[in-house]
Amino acid sequence: MAPKATTALQVDGVCKSYGERRALRGVSFEAARGELLAVVGPNGAGKTTLLGILAGIRDPDQGSVRANGGEIGWVPQQAALYRRLTVEENLRLFARLERAGDPDAAVEGMLAQTGLDERRGDQVSTLSGGNQQRINIAIGLLSEPAVLLLDEPSAGLDPGQRIRLWEFVAGLAEAGTTVIYSTHQIEEASHYGDRLLVLADGEALFDGSFAAMRRAAGARGAVKDPEADFVRFLTKQGH
Amino acid sequence: MKWLLLKDLQILKRSPLLTALLIVYPIVLAVLIGFAVSRGPDKPRIAFVNEIEAEQASEGLDLGEGGFSQEQAFDQLCERVECVDAADRDEAITMVEDGEVLGALILPEDFLDDLTDQIGGVGLDAATVEVYVNEDDPVKARLVDDRITALLTEANLRLSEEISAQLLGYLDILVEGGEFEIPLLGQTIEVLGLERTERGLEAIRGQTSGEQREVLDGVIRFAALAGQNLAFADELLGSVAEPIAVEKTVVSGDVPPLDTFAISVAIAITLMFVTTLLVAGSLALEREENTFARLTRGLVSRAGLLVEKIGLGTICSAAVALVLLGVLELFVSLDWARFPLFAAAIVLAGAAFAAMGSAIGVAAREVRASALAAFALTLPIAFLSLVPSGTVSESLFDWIRVVTGAFPFRPALDALSAGLSSSGDLGLNLFHLAILTLAYFALARVGLRRFA
Repeated sequence: MAPKATTALQVDGVCKSYGERRALRGVSFEAARGELLAVVGPNGAGKTTLLGILAGIRDPDQGSVRANGGEIGWVPQQAALYRRLTVEENLRLFARLERAGDPDAAVEGMLAQTGLDERRGDQVSTLSGGNQQRINIAIGLLSEPAVLLLDEPSAGLDPGQRIRLWEFVAGLAEAGTTVIYSTHQIEEASHYGDRLLVLADGEALFDGSFAAMRRAAGARGAVKDPEADFVRFLTKQGH
Repeated sequence: MKWLLLKDLQILKRSPLLTALLIVYPIVLAVLIGFAVSRGPDKPRIAFVNEIEAEQASEGLDLGEGGFSQEQAFDQLCERVECVDAADRDEAITMVEDGEVLGALILPEDFLDDLTDQIGGVGLDAATVEVYVNEDDPVKARLVDDRITALLTEANLRLSEEISAQLLGYLDILVEGGEFEIPLLGQTIEVLGLERTERGLEAIRGQTSGEQREVLDGVIRFAALAGQNLAFADELLGSVAEPIAVEKTVVSGDVPPLDTFAISVAIAITLMFVTTLLVAGSLALEREENTFARLTRGLVSRAGLLVEKIGLGTICSAAVALVLLGVLELFVSLDWARFPLFAAAIVLAGAAFAAMGSAIGVAAREVRASALAAFALTLPIAFLSLVPSGTVSESLFDWIRVVTGAFPFRPALDALSAGLSSSGDLGLNLFHLAILTLAYFALARVGLRRFA
């Protein structure tokens, strides 16, 4: 199937097994430009494996991943930064490794985008978890990717840091970057995701909006407890 | 790769403990080795008690012309050891027990009398000196035994030489005749001598006949034969003083000078610890900082990352080795004309240790675990590599050679020795190090598949 003009990423029948355990069972989906796609599911559903395959860190046993122009940026779950280097040194190192045309301009751009210009000279180890995650994401953006993969980006952050992080991510999507992120917090997915891809036991159970998932779960009225709605959906699907 | 290398050096600069270790460790080691090889071992301290009465002691042992002065013997002894005066036997023993001295040497009151009796042939018991030692550890015990045995052997040899010289004088008088002073009695007598006896008997031989002449001829023959045979005793007595002479010929083993070997050991140990720990830790840190997956996702290949880490280790090891050599130059004179040779040994040794460090880092996966693994692996190998041949059974030594050959320490030590002096085969050891570098690189590369 040819991708649509606005499709940034197309995934077809991706399978992955670790020995006897089947981590992914024929997962397929598409993501449009500037879309915020939340990959949700309980622990062990296959979210990190899927993002690893999309990032090219792991090879699928079957299936394919196609990016429709541009690179795929990847931000690991835990900040992948050199804690003894400063914010600026980390950004400059990865800008050089990414072979950015003008590393200094790329660094300045990311410092402005993350709002960490004043902390540029601080060692990363002295930053809060939220700010470390911002730098972590900024490094993923250095290659100016068309698709950005975020593996549980809000894990370990306090509520205030989470809000600032999601505002930052939403800004990226508004600027045209397709953002695919994994989370097991359904409230975050429902609030910040344009679409949900629900995984359970390596199987894609649902691909659509949060409202559509509620309807599929048989929930009616105003959203009171997204977590309960999600559990009801999984139960209804036999998980 | 250049940026990664600069990044690692930057991180190193910001790790004060590690940087201090990299700078201070070789300097401290160099100073210790420098003192050790330039000053030589200190004299062992021996407490000395003389119980011989002052008057008798000043007379010494009368052995004719040479004599054997106790004062002279004491001076010779104190050239070899540091003599510590002790008031009496009890104080000397206390000093040994307290560890102030390695041992105590006591000349008993009757020492000179016994020695005189023995030399004069009237005493049966050997003159005895008393030795007290504190053998609270095996190394110290061996040292004390060796020193005191050597001292007493030397004293016995000196006595033996003096006695032999005296006996040769007696024999000369017996053969040639002359004045002889009877030992101990001090009485001088005129000895006719065998030669003069023979000449006297020859002179009166013409005045005898028959049975008398036959008897006289027998006595003349005896005097002639005795004189001739006693002349041979000169050589025999000369050899008694030193019955075994040593003629040493090296048939195998191209041994470097001791100071070169000490320097090589110092550099090899420094490179082993610094480089192995640094590279193992640096690689494990990439995993702990979660940067390994990010780096190897298209920014740098796994093999490239390994090359960068081995390069880091090689650069640091070369710098550390040069610091160490620079400090050692203050103590011993190095042959800087051989710089290209020992520089090649340092670089390849550093690369081999770095490659081994990378394999350890990949296997351990965590910084602390990698440091522990590096220590646990390198220390026993270094000890095994220093086991000399002949100190263990042949088959065990063969196994030790096989095991230590799989690690860089022994070839690094041999290459450094060969580079610093003209001992050993430098080329062969450099080749050995190059092979080990490639082998450990391959091992680490395989391990990196499951590193993230």
